[in-house]
Amino acid sequence: MHALVIDLVQESRTAQKCAMENNMEKIVIKNLYKVFGSDPKKGLSLLEQGKSKDEIYEQTGLTVGVQGASFSVNKGEIFVVMGLSGSGKSTLVRMLNRLIEPTSGEVLVDGEDVLKMSKAELVKFRRSKTGMVFQSFALMPHQTVLENAAFGLELDGVDKKDREERATDALKQVGLEGWEKAYPNELSGGMQQRVGLARGLAVDPDILLMDEAFSALDPLIRTEMQDELLKLQDRHERTIIFISHDLDEALRIGDRIAIMEGGRVVQVGTPEEILQNPADDYVRAFFRGVDPTGVISAGDIVRDTQPTVIWHTKEGGPRATLEMLSNRDRDFAYVLDSERRFLGIVSSDSLRDAIDKGNGKSKLEHAFLGEVKSVWDTESLQDILPLVASHAWPIPVVNSESIYRGVVSKNRFLRTLHRAENGSHFEQPAA
Amino acid sequence: MFSFDERVIPLDVWITSFVDWLVEGYRWFFQIIKWPVDFTLSGVSDGLQAVPPLLVILVFGIIAWRVSGFKLAGFTVGSLLFIGLLGFWPETMITLAMVFSSVVFCTVVGVPFGIWAGRSDRFNDLLRPVLDAMQTTPAFVYLVPIVMLFSIGNTAGVLATIVFALPPIVRLTSLGIRQVHPELVEAALAFGATNWQVLLKVQIPLALPTIMAGLNQTIMMALSMVVIAALIGAGGLGAPVVLGLNTLDIGLATVGGLAIVLLAIILDRITQSMGTKKKN
Ligand SMILES: Nc1ncnc2c1ncn2[C@@H]1O[C@H](COP(=O)(O)OP(=O)(O)OP(=O)(O)O)[C@@H](O)[C@H]1O
Ligand SMILES: [Mg+2]
Repeated sequence: MHALVIDLVQESRTAQKCAMENNMEKIVIKNLYKVFGSDPKKGLSLLEQGKSKDEIYEQTGLTVGVQGASFSVNKGEIFVVMGLSGSGKSTLVRMLNRLIEPTSGEVLVDGEDVLKMSKAELVKFRRSKTGMVFQSFALMPHQTVLENAAFGLELDGVDKKDREERATDALKQVGLEGWEKAYPNELSGGMQQRVGLARGLAVDPDILLMDEAFSALDPLIRTEMQDELLKLQDRHERTIIFISHDLDEALRIGDRIAIMEGGRVVQVGTPEEILQNPADDYVRAFFRGVDPTGVISAGDIVRDTQPTVIWHTKEGGPRATLEMLSNRDRDFAYVLDSERRFLGIVSSDSLRDAIDKGNGKSKLEHAFLGEVKSVWDTESLQDILPLVASHAWPIPVVNSESIYRGVVSKNRFLRTLHRAENGSHFEQPAA
Repeated sequence: MFSFDERVIPLDVWITSFVDWLVEGYRWFFQIIKWPVDFTLSGVSDGLQAVPPLLVILVFGIIAWRVSGFKLAGFTVGSLLFIGLLGFWPETMITLAMVFSSVVFCTVVGVPFGIWAGRSDRFNDLLRPVLDAMQTTPAFVYLVPIVMLFSIGNTAGVLATIVFALPPIVRLTSLGIRQVHPELVEAALAFGATNWQVLLKVQIPLALPTIMAGLNQTIMMALSMVVIAALIGAGGLGAPVVLGLNTLDIGLATVGGLAIVLLAIILDRITQSMGTKKKN
């Protein structure tokens, strides 16, 4: 019953492992705590005694913002931090550049402890390594769009001509050419946040911190901005910490997601991992009602079950292939080149036709079915549904190098949906 | 029953001896304070009186026209001509010089204090009762010690005016700094602003309209001190009012008062227009 689930989890775990090995860890957070109030050390010792956030607040009036957060963010990934209001997301992200001073713990960026930096080092770190985008946009109302975009560079003492050039370029990247001389209050919310994004990009940071950057925008604009961000990320890989309380947003743009509850990081993983194996009821509650077809990708359910043939120029290929199909009692064969790149599909009918017409000189490609399309293994079930539904043959799946990975059949597709809808993919798979 | 027939706490005696002690031992200190005020005041005053009146009127007209428009320019020129025709030109120039000097010192002292109070809650709490006292203590109370420490004349008048007119610019500067959205300060810090950069590039530019409103208030309060300053021997438009009061010459007192009001309206409108200009 749970075979599929186990399968999926294991597959994504291995994928995850590979990712970790290939990627450098950009940010490492160890045991990070923030207690707000006059005597934070006391809050820490109460936490050590096992007191809860609420108990500590009642006893002492101290607010635990973040407790014991530990995780790492890989270079070039979009890391989404998700959680309900008050769960400590903003506090967490502000401790990364010390807008909020942590009570204890470590924040390592490129191996250097941010918390040990002197004031001057911190200023330098903020200027060169990080950019930030805010929910409220936080644009300077007395400055033009261009001056706003150039703000970080101005602080860094970049001369006027140079910084205006770079700011103009950043504005171009977010599609705001021609608005340089306008003031923020003359722009719509979406455009203002583009300026906010341009301000973050203009300093060319390794790390972009985005605190609910798109939450104040209406849904259409919001999706547009998410796409924009993904596009920017394609062109220039930055490490992005993206705070969100919106699940769809997290699933859409997150390479990995951390879920926070009451100041604690309760789970970190890829969207699939978390969806298929939620750590506790809180996480499960978060994902209830999610449409799984948007999250599970073709690569997650691909199976290499169909007969394949390697294409070569030799005549007589169709006969051998037809022979093989009838021996195995199959209808379709998937044709690959010598490097296993997908070329096309032949069926027993199309093979017979080709043999009849070709007078013994027919080649395999004469038997290719028309309108065959393959899908990428990264495409979601939602995206491939029309293809799966409208063709008689299982849909071939290829990876980013066009290498054939297998197929998604109607049967498999429907079984996946069925399980997701019954909620059984939320259950812990039997070990 | 205790009937309060006798004085138990002779506070007045203590204060008197305290001021006497100040005057005797620290006169040099007050002379040092007095010096820059004296210097500015006599410079501005001599300057204004040396320039031909019509030129002064022309300059005021142009300023009014630049910051506001023809309407205010017309009013300014008309009022100043009228004051001149009333025979109060030299007094008006002295008053202008005294107002200008006190406002300069109020700004030089008040804006930094206001900024400090705007950025530090503790300093703000400390400063608040001092400002309250400065604004509510009747001017007559500090006229005596001021005369004892600085003797009578225009400079003593300006010093009394500074005490009275300082609070609004401090308060409004502090308010202006506090009104800047914390997210904007946070954004500046996030992009690596130093404390000075936060102040110069974010807080002061955004507080400027409020600071200008404080400046306007300070000018108005300085003008309202003109008559009181005349009580301790300061010249200017307060002098005919005080003289009229002493000799029951209602005509003289009224005309002096009229000139003060006209000058107040001119300065108010010009500085207000400057403030709103900055906003756009
Ligand atoms: N400056 C502060 N002083 C005291 N308590 C604070 C402060 N900032 C945040 N907190 C508290 O810390 C906890 C976490 O707040 P935080 O702003 O990080 O939550 P969040 O997850 O960002 O919430 P939201 O989705 O509403 O933005 C909350 O209980 C909040 O009340
Ligand atoms: Mg928040």
